[in-house]
Amino acid sequence: MLRLIMTRVFLGCVTLFAVTLLIFAATEILPGDVASAVLGQGATPETLAAFRIELGLDRPAYVRYLEWLTNALQGDLGIAMTNKREVLATITPRLYNTLFLAGYAAAIAVPIAIILGIIAAINEGKWIDRAANILTLGAISVPEFFIAYILILVFATNLGWFPSLSTVYGDMGFWQKIHVVALPALTLTMLVMAHMLRMTRASVLAIMSQPYIEMAFLKGLPRRRVILRHALPNAAAPIISVVALNLAYLIVGVVVIEVVFVYPGVGQYMVDGVSKRDLPVIQACALVFGGAFVLLNTIADILAILVNPRLRHPR
Amino acid sequence: MAIQNSLKNPPISAKIGMVILVVFIFFAIFAPLIAPYGEAESIGKTWASPSAEFLLGTDNIGRDMLSRIIFGARMTLGVATACTLLSFLIGITMGLLAAVAGKALDQILSRFVDLMLSIPILVFALMILSMFGSSLFTLIITIGILDSFRVFRLARSIAINIVVTEFVEVARLRGEGLWWIMVREVLPNALPPMIAEFGLRFCFNFLFVAGLSFLGLGIQPPFADWGGMVRENGRAIAFGIPAPLWPAIAIGLTTISVNMIVDWILSINARPSGASAEM
Repeated sequence: MLRLIMTRVFLGCVTLFAVTLLIFAATEILPGDVASAVLGQGATPETLAAFRIELGLDRPAYVRYLEWLTNALQGDLGIAMTNKREVLATITPRLYNTLFLAGYAAAIAVPIAIILGIIAAINEGKWIDRAANILTLGAISVPEFFIAYILILVFATNLGWFPSLSTVYGDMGFWQKIHVVALPALTLTMLVMAHMLRMTRASVLAIMSQPYIEMAFLKGLPRRRVILRHALPNAAAPIISVVALNLAYLIVGVVVIEVVFVYPGVGQYMVDGVSKRDLPVIQACALVFGGAFVLLNTIADILAILVNPRLRHPR
Repeated sequence: MAIQNSLKNPPISAKIGMVILVVFIFFAIFAPLIAPYGEAESIGKTWASPSAEFLLGTDNIGRDMLSRIIFGARMTLGVATACTLLSFLIGITMGLLAAVAGKALDQILSRFVDLMLSIPILVFALMILSMFGSSLFTLIITIGILDSFRVFRLARSIAINIVVTEFVEVARLRGEGLWWIMVREVLPNALPPMIAEFGLRFCFNFLFVAGLSFLGLGIQPPFADWGGMVRENGRAIAFGIPAPLWPAIAIGLTTISVNMIVDWILSINARPSGASAEM
């Protein structure tokens, strides 16, 4: 089993390496030229050439890649082009903020979504299941900023319970932070919860169509017991991967939400970087998001192996 | 027989979805004829409230909200449709090729797609748009290609089950070429389960374009588009003015309509395994 887990960890590392390669390729090797992208239309050939040398673009791509990768591994993410500050120094507190927001949302969404998903599966076809179906479909179909603005309109403008902009700063107390970040966290919660609830329900129902469940019903066991004792232990693995998948989604969903609430996180940093064409910032943010994505997927794989003994012996 | 009946009598939800969608498509085609004011015409105060003159009020620089929503249907629906068509063109071609052309190519294409999907699509799109700029052309190409990886997976998984059937075997023995087998033998059998997927991918791309425009990185002004309109009017919400909600409602209505139609199509032909409605 340890070997199997080590294989997954190794595979995760390989994927992570591939991700760095992909980020570099997308930003520096694709035909779009960094120098002209940054300098824009008004650049003369001379300034372009000078800027290329300043960026080191006159050297071969693989040399630049290796340099970038080794620097990144040592914690040097480069210097932002626009404000000449170290990217690492800017991104660290922002990463902490983003993780705080994501963790906040996950802490609310995960338990509620799993419990409601199981309840919906138990009551398949009854009113509670249908209500959950309609509500979650609605939450999935509307854009995230719509939910955000509705929440602002109700809770910030009309009721005045929470601020509409989530400005946080370093020495803010924990509870004060919880209060200020409540609306973005709530928006994220609703988004992720909808996906998670639907997928939890689907994976419980998929197991409900297995022969051994039919057998349990035929023995005369009540529905509640069949689900809690027979179906749930086997549904644990798919539910865990559902949770991990949605946490990965949360990482990305955070981008738009952070912009709506002007929350100082990595997502907003990346959007700023993109609109200013600040290459090191874009690369660093993409690295953070891509890394988190790979990490969560790997953790999901490993948890699935730990939870489901049948996966421990590959045929 | 049963299938034909349900085709003639769609459930009420699908009918509502079709009506809403037809209205929006009508908006998109005949925008200059329907809209009471011009697309970029500044005619009122900032964020005037809804009145008989301006049915949905005015936006941040005094343009009529309703007119901009009607004009916005063009860009928003048009770009999302173009992206989805492109993604299906690439995804189905590559998916069928992977299934028909043999193990080696299948492995190469599949691993490549695995790799491309290991970065969140939004992050990927942001990186590429930052390098190429957000012209309409790059926007459509970028989203079309990024989305085609998911279409590829579905098309391949459907086609793989078709490739092993007898009639494909017969065509191979007859000496038909790769292209013939892909287009004449596999494609007609792979298309029906892909129809519903087209609706779902459209929804995804539609929300994705709207999201990018909302971030200011999608469709660029002066074109009206629903995501960008939410962005322009976002600050109004803090004053209790519902201006950004109207375009957001239009976005939500479109996706909900398409979803309701897709649900109906799915209830007619069963959903293929491996397809994902979400994300």
